[in-house]
Formats: sequence, structure tokens, C-alpha cells
Amino acid sequence: MNTFFSEPENGEPRAVDTTRSVHVSGLTRRFGDGPAVLDHLSLDIPSGQFVALLGRSGSGKSTLLRTLSGLDSVEYGEVARPKAVSVVFQESRLLPWKRVWQNVVLGQKGPEGKERALQVLKEVGLLHRVEAWPLTLSGGEAQRVALARALVRNPSFLMLDEPFAALDALTRIHMQNLVLSLWRKHQCTALLVTHDVDEALVLADRVLVLEHGRIKVDLPVTLPRPRRHAHPVFEQLRSELLHALGVQNA
Amino acid sequence: MSESGSRSRSVQKLRGRQLSFVWKESRRFLSPVLLVLFWQIASAGGFVSARILPSPAQLAHTAWGLIKDGSLPTNLLVSLERASIGFGLALGIGVILALISGLSRLGEDIIDAPLQILRTLPALALAPLFILWFGIGEEPKILLVTLGALFPIYLNLHKGIRSIDPKFLEMSRTLGLSRSQIIREVVLPGALPDLLLGVRYALGVAWLMLVVAEQVNAESGIGHMMMDAEDFLRTDIILVGLIVYGLLGLISDWVVRTGERWLLAWQVDGGKRV
Ligand SMILES: Nc1ncnc2c1ncn2[C@@H]1O[C@H](COP(=O)(O)OP(=O)(O)OP(=O)(O)O)[C@@H](O)[C@H]1O
Ligand SMILES: [Mg+2]
Repeated sequence: MNTFFSEPENGEPRAVDTTRSVHVSGLTRRFGDGPAVLDHLSLDIPSGQFVALLGRSGSGKSTLLRTLSGLDSVEYGEVARPKAVSVVFQESRLLPWKRVWQNVVLGQKGPEGKERALQVLKEVGLLHRVEAWPLTLSGGEAQRVALARALVRNPSFLMLDEPFAALDALTRIHMQNLVLSLWRKHQCTALLVTHDVDEALVLADRVLVLEHGRIKVDLPVTLPRPRRHAHPVFEQLRSELLHALGVQNA
Repeated sequence: MSESGSRSRSVQKLRGRQLSFVWKESRRFLSPVLLVLFWQIASAGGFVSARILPSPAQLAHTAWGLIKDGSLPTNLLVSLERASIGFGLALGIGVILALISGLSRLGEDIIDAPLQILRTLPALALAPLFILWFGIGEEPKILLVTLGALFPIYLNLHKGIRSIDPKFLEMSRTLGLSRSQIIREVVLPGALPDLLLGVRYALGVAWLMLVVAEQVNAESGIGHMMMDAEDFLRTDIILVGLIVYGLLGLISDWVVRTGERWLLAWQVDGGKRV
């Protein structure tokens, strides 16, 4: 059903604008009478950190992201996050009836909208597709537009929900590098949901594993970037994470 | 030398493509033209009685006469006026009702149920009632057109609004769009293809309602012209009226299609035309 018609949220996450850090404590979320999808979850992300969130399918990663982005209300627990947040979803969710640049500055006020759009589209390498209709974009291009749309708002906190899952391996590597350089440039706090342990280890300062509604593993990754998969520490972190995710003899 | 040769070859290719385009466009008219020719020959050969089916040449003659004495243009203008006022009303009312019931639950509860019930009534059967209610002036004719055209517009737009992908609405909320911005930027453009579909249906119904309204009781209009002709056994005038109705339908459909191609360029160019 259309969520557009849902009741207005009363439990909006508390917006803290002075900082880019994110604080979650005692967050519980259940659907109907089912078991708690998030169960007294607590999490602190310091300003500017790049966090990757792993977890089995159905473990509640998207649910956490929806709550952090303000799409779902907070029923139990506390959430404090910067006011300026942006979300990139697995599907680009570009409006097909707006040209690429119009999608980027959707809802942005001000007459210099197009210039701002051009600027970020240049950052994601899509200057040649500014006037294109979204239906004519390739999957990777569409995701880059979605990324541009997220960045044009200068988010303090950028959330990415499996943004590369539908892309081919090569495009995905390009996108990972792109996200990394944009994160550095815009200096935002980032939370990336992914299924790909390698992707998490290549990108993040810290990798979390969500299980039974809580953060089960919280692993700092101190390797210098760019990271090589063959690095022994990388290997060790990977098998640790795979083990936490329930994959044997990795 | 070789360059000019290749250029002339490419010019030839271009000319060939143009010719095939002209052929493709014109062959759609080929069978109607042949049919008219056949009809003319049959009439001229005396195979068809002119009383029952006058020849195309005769019809053209009659049409020209009706144009010259001013009766066709006058009646056409009256019919056009009724159709456009009636249709305009239907468009305005239908869009407003669909917006109210599409955008709010309360609105849907209040508006949708009665409209769904009314929809099942055959609008044509309301003609006698409308004449009793509104007399024999312009109102019953215009309102019959409005009533007929209202439902396709309302139903399609309502469906279009309700079937907007919730992911777009969610995305708009994360982008911080206000409610009115969401309606303007997401809901309305997203429902436009359905609205246009409704408009095309509605136009068809509008002409139909007009025919009936003008034939049941009217002092003017194409339908009236045809009913008058019946009294004088003028098959030719009736046929001219039919042709005019047909042309009106064709032209209005063409206008909407052209509008669609322009308004829905994102679908056409996106190659996802459905
Ligand atoms: N609107 C909803 N109503 C009922 N149950 C829901 C709803 N949304 C999510 N759930 C349930 O909550 C659980 C967590 O869902 P969520 O989408 O957060 O998983 P996820 O970790 O993102 O999974 P995936 O990796 O497959 O995307 C699932 O069991 C799902 O069925
Ligand atoms: Mg998910």
C-alpha cells in the first residue's frame, strides 16, 4: 500500500545539527506481534566515520536504515542523528518523468539548481547525460545519478542500502572507488549496508554484523587505503566476518 | 572521385529511405481509398440504389451544398460547442474528484463509493430524465456529455494516483519534499499517462453522448440535422452527418495522441512505451 497516505510520524528521530555523529540507544522495532527485528540495539558512529553494516537477509539492516533516515518512526529507544541525511537505495528510484539533472536537484530551492546539478554530475562522471531521461540510463549510470542526488544536499550523514547489489562486478569496483572519493571529499559520516564482506572491508573504517536485532560484531578496520584483498590482515578479517555470518570453511 | 561516388550512393540510400517512409505512411490510406473507389463504381454502375446508399460523389455534392448554405458549419459549431463545454466540465470535475479521492482516505470514502455506483448506470438511459429535469435547452445536452466523459477521466486518474510506486513516495520523503511538492512533482506526473488514457476514452464517450442528446431533442447540431434529414428521406445528409461525427472523433483522438507524444516524451524516448 502507499506509504504516502500513512499517518504523520510523531516519533521523528531527534535531529542534532551541531555534529555529524549518530547515536542510537535501546532501539527496538517489531512489526505487528512478530519478534523484535531490532532488539534494544545501541550504536554510536563518530563524526566522519565510514561504517559498513553486514547481516543475513532479514536481519533488520534495512529496518535500521529506515529508522535512521526518518522513514519509520522510533517507537522504543532513542535515535539522534544529523539533520542533513541522504539515502541511496538499491534501486536508483529516479523519477522517470524528470531529466537527470532535474532528478538530482528534486525539491531543492533556488535558481542556480541546474548549476549545482552539473557540478555533482561532474563529480560522478555523468556530465554527458545531464539532459537524458532516466529510462535511457544503464544501471550503473542510474546509481551514479542517485549518488549525485544524495550528495547535492551536502549530507552530514550518508546512508547506502546495498547500492551496488544490482551492478556487475566491474561497475561495482568503479562505484566503490567513487563512493570512497566522494566520502573523503564531502567528509560525511557514512553507513553502508552490504552483503559483500570484501566490499565492506575495502571501504569501511569499521564493520558491524547485525544479528538477532543487535550488533553482534563490531570490528575496526585499520588497514590503510587502498586495500589489497591479498593482505594477511584483510584475509583474517574476512574469515572472522564470514564466520560471524555463519559461513563455514571460508 | 570515389568520395563523390560514395556521397551519391548515400544520397540514393537516403532517397530510398524517404520513399519507403512515404510508402509506409500512405499505405494505411490505401484500403479506405480503394473502398471508396469501389463504392463509387458500384453506385455509378447502378448496383446500389441511390436512395439506400448515395455514391461518394453525391455525398461530396451534398456536403458542399450544406457548407454553402451555411447549415453544416452552423450545426457543426453548435455541436462542437456542446462537446467542448461538456467535456471541459467533465475534465475539470473529474480531475478534482480524482485528486480528492486519490490523495486522502477520507476523500476516497466519501467520493469513490457513490461514483462507482453511478458508473454502473448506463449514461445513455439518463437522457429522458435529463430532459425532464433540465428542459430542452442546452443544459441537458451539455450535462449528458459531461456525465458520460466524467467516469473515464475520474476512474483512470484515480487509479493512476493510487498506483504510484510507493518507493517514489518514500524517496521523496527522504529528500525532504513537502506534501504539495510530492503531489506536484511525483503524484501528478506519475498519474499523467493514466489521465491521458482516460481522456481518450472520455472523448469517445463524449461524442456518443452528444449524438444521442442531439437526436433525442434538439433544434440544432449535427444530430438534429440528421434527424431532420430522416423526415425528408435524405439518406445523403444523414451520411454526411455520420462522416462529420467520424471525422470529429478521429481528429480529437489525433489531438490527444499528439499531446501524449509530447507530454510523455520520457516514456517514448525511454523506449518503455506501454
Ligand atoms: N513493513 C513490514 N511489515 C512486516 N514485516 C517487515 C516489514 N518490513 C520488514 N519486515 C520484516 O523485518 C525483518 C527485517 O527486514 P529488513 O528488510 O530490515 O531485512 P534486511 O536485513 O534489510 O534484509 P535484506 O538483506 O534481505 O535486505 C524481515 O523479517 C522482514 O520480513
Ligand atoms: Mg534490506
